[in-house]
Amino acid sequence: MASIAGQGDRSDERLRRENRLKKLLRRPELGAISGAVLVWFIFAVAAGDRFVSLRGSANFLAVASELGILAVAVSLLMIGGEFDLSIGSMIGACGMIVAILSVQMGWNIWAAICAALIAALIVGAINGLLVIRTRLPSFIITLGTLFIIRGLTIGITRLVTGRTQVGGVKEAFGYDSASQVFASVFSILDPASARGLSANFPISIVWWLLITAVATYVLLRTRPGNWIFGIGGDATSARNVGVPVSRMKIILFMLTAAAAWLVAMIQVLSVGSADTLRGESREFYAIIAVVIGGNLLTGGYGSAIGAAFGALIFGMVQQGIVFTGIDSDWFLVFMGAMLIIAVLVNNYIRKLASEAR
Amino acid sequence: MATPILEVRDICKYFGNVIALNGVSMKLHAGEVMCLLGDNGAGKSTLIKILSGVHQPDRGEYLVQGKPVVFNSPRDALDHGIATVYQDLAMIPLMSIARNFFLGSEPTVGRGLFKRLDIASAKQIVRDEMAKMGIDIRDPEQPVGTLSGGERQSVAIARAVYFGAKVLILDEPTSALGVKQAGTVLRYIARARAQGVAVIFITHNPHHAYPIGDRFTILKRGQTLGTYTKREISREEMIHLMSGGDELNNLEHELREFANDAIAQQLADAIHEEA
Repeated sequence: MASIAGQGDRSDERLRRENRLKKLLRRPELGAISGAVLVWFIFAVAAGDRFVSLRGSANFLAVASELGILAVAVSLLMIGGEFDLSIGSMIGACGMIVAILSVQMGWNIWAAICAALIAALIVGAINGLLVIRTRLPSFIITLGTLFIIRGLTIGITRLVTGRTQVGGVKEAFGYDSASQVFASVFSILDPASARGLSANFPISIVWWLLITAVATYVLLRTRPGNWIFGIGGDATSARNVGVPVSRMKIILFMLTAAAAWLVAMIQVLSVGSADTLRGESREFYAIIAVVIGGNLLTGGYGSAIGAAFGALIFGMVQQGIVFTGIDSDWFLVFMGAMLIIAVLVNNYIRKLASEAR
Repeated sequence: MATPILEVRDICKYFGNVIALNGVSMKLHAGEVMCLLGDNGAGKSTLIKILSGVHQPDRGEYLVQGKPVVFNSPRDALDHGIATVYQDLAMIPLMSIARNFFLGSEPTVGRGLFKRLDIASAKQIVRDEMAKMGIDIRDPEQPVGTLSGGERQSVAIARAVYFGAKVLILDEPTSALGVKQAGTVLRYIARARAQGVAVIFITHNPHHAYPIGDRFTILKRGQTLGTYTKREISREEMIHLMSGGDELNNLEHELREFANDAIAQQLADAIHEEA
């Protein structure tokens, strides 16, 4: 009792101790974190060392990190009450911009990277403006831009190069420094490997963790973060209390486009070539990861950490299935089922959280 | 008489060929509750949307403390100390009380890149302000969805008063509430008035309006039928003006019920004590 009294007027005799547990339950990312632990154990048993080893971990973390970068940005937008389906095409477009400018036009690759970023930000801003001006659902607007961007990428690439793939990025000016930033690899000797192979952890994992940390800080500890929850929860009331709703939404669309750009840079610099079809269906994978991460599809509720763990689950399942030797075709079945289960679990948790106490 | 804190003169508002407001005038002084009464379609919502900066009037003058103003957004109105609490849009259910309370005007510490929310003081302020309104909240972090309708309205009113509202516009704050909860909200309106806030209380329920109001402006079909002080108008006359007399017989029945309404009686007593 003494310790409770010591907290002074902050505590309330009507708050029971169980509330700590409920407080934990109220966190939107709880489902995704426990799901990730569960999935890890399932594959640790089913696939054994190949999954648990450093090499296996590097493998699924690499997949998870690229999706995670997208998912974290998408989660911010989804909490803000909107969708962005155009990110899949954006990945293809950004990669192609860099490849064409640096290989075909002979630009310094850093200039090409900046050009791609500017293009992505402009498309993001256009998405946001269209959603705000037309008041159409962002699902429709970005479904449209998804096709427009993909079509433009294929059309322009064929016009300029006559092909749908552009290689030779590794020979471009400035490739070495750019690949340091976007495509370097940390090699650690894997003690579990009998042949002395090393595990390669790509730098995308660092980007993923960094972006998750920044997004979480912004969401929970800054004014714009509070606004994101507000505009997703109820845009009209948020506007009525003075939140710059339109500006925030446009910024969020620009952020998802920028995340797509980052993933495109990671891919194009590590592979050394761009393909017009790259990034296909990534928009849906990202939404699945975000929803598994406990984010509410209709906005106003969720977390960036949850989205990051959703992407981790995605990566573990995708690579874990390969390690178990099961036909990887089953991966899509598993992810689809997982999505539905996750939504059901999240609805239940949210009901617990918001019921009258 | 002192300058009115808020005044509109001959306000007109058209939506296409619809005349929503046709020459509405009214005055509001600090520390008084002005009830804006009218049936559905009388133009109450349009008028408060003009007062709160959502719409701009097509004709007429809008004066705050004697000076003409033009509001382009609700933010402009807020900057002039005019805060509006909407009936259904007051709060965001999935956000915590503290986050709702400060939405749009969050307290921060640090500067530049390190500017961050001051969560601890936000919670403390919410607790203190709600205590001032007579509500002892258990946990400022609980989602607003867990509060009752009356508590939600009270949080919204407390928020507006805390952020320095000189004029508080309440859009049908009691219409969705039960008798007891409506009584709670009416009590907070009285408290806000006691703090010197001018209140515009929109309602179509004369039973809620009469006990709390100092003055009554009655809107009908986009025009004012006049402003009356409590001394100038009886409850019966007020209802008569609002309804145009046709439904008077029906209302009389409700009226008799009202006489037995303990909460309303209690309120009337409370107001009497204050005066």
